[in-house]
Amino acid sequence: MEKEMRKKKSRSYINPYIGGILLGLTVLLANYISGRGVGASGAMKSTIVAAVESIAPKHADDAMFYKEYSESHAGNPLNSWLVYQMLGVLVGGFLSGILARRMTWKVEHSPKITSRTRLIFALLGGVLFGFGSQLGRGCTSGSALSGMAVLSLGGFISMMAIFGTAFALAYFVRKLWI
Amino acid sequence: MGPLIVNDIISSNTNLFLAFFIGIAFGFVLESSGFSSSRKLVGVFYGYDTVVLKVFFTGAITAMIGLLFFSLFGWIDLTYIYINPTYLWSTIIGGVIMGAGFILGGFCPGTSVCAAAIGKIDAIIFVVGIFIGIFIFTEGYPIWKPLYMAEFMGNLKINTFFNISSGTLVMLVIFAAAVMFWIGEWAEKKFKAPKY
Repeated sequence: MEKEMRKKKSRSYINPYIGGILLGLTVLLANYISGRGVGASGAMKSTIVAAVESIAPKHADDAMFYKEYSESHAGNPLNSWLVYQMLGVLVGGFLSGILARRMTWKVEHSPKITSRTRLIFALLGGVLFGFGSQLGRGCTSGSALSGMAVLSLGGFISMMAIFGTAFALAYFVRKLWI
Repeated sequence: MGPLIVNDIISSNTNLFLAFFIGIAFGFVLESSGFSSSRKLVGVFYGYDTVVLKVFFTGAITAMIGLLFFSLFGWIDLTYIYINPTYLWSTIIGGVIMGAGFILGGFCPGTSVCAAAIGKIDAIIFVVGIFIGIFIFTEGYPIWKPLYMAEFMGNLKINTFFNISSGTLVMLVIFAAAVMFWIGEWAEKKFKAPKY
């Protein structure tokens, strides 16, 4: 009985230092094969550009960002390294979730706030992160992690700005999490 | 010798195909390290769970050392590796905005996709938010462009900036990480993790 219950419980996470080494090897492999690090927000930008180009082609021809983008990127924006890599991330996360029995529909939040509040802040946080990732030329993956791996000054600045700000604000929004 | 794509050892289609598998490894590692849980991720900012610190810095150090050794062994030509350019002000201000997004939303783009993949609804909403945020940036681009392009310092490496060798720089990062890991382990004992 107890054994059966244990079987149904989700598996625990791997050791963070082992996880870190595997993450580092993935970034190393990406550099060895493709000469670049991993990323996340870039694929979402490609999706936005592709969507605007197909829904409002005239606007995409006129507006500055899309014009500059198509001048510097040939072909379909979705046919890019980061888009294929992000599809892989979706599959990889899904596989890990299945193997560890962590698949559930769930809104994760502190008991002090409602699901609704959590979702509003998730949306707001996403908007800020999306905007900031474009202004900062990459997010935690593309700019901070991959940038630091190749010793880019920008990567180190990115990391310090992201984590430093989150640390500085943590106290004021503690109710959201603890 | 790597990078394989630059030296024409693989075709550009193979490169895109392999990107998919690199992504699978990336997503698998993030999820299995616990990066699909927002309350686990933000734990680092309250001290009760420092998994982000440990995974992120172990990852960065491993990749740094790996690249140095690959270069030493003649397996990779580092001059062909993409070095993220440094535009000082947009990097700092973009980072500050991302930091605010991190503590309010509980994810970053890569981790939100992983969490969405296992059914976290807050993560799916966060991803929707990212798309809106990027759209605001692309639509308002003429407004932010002066800031976006300001203070370009080139594809500058941090060891060049400080005028030290890359090996010395990596060693200093390892020391700094060791201190942070020690603080992280201490904090996890001091601050009790909430149940999540």
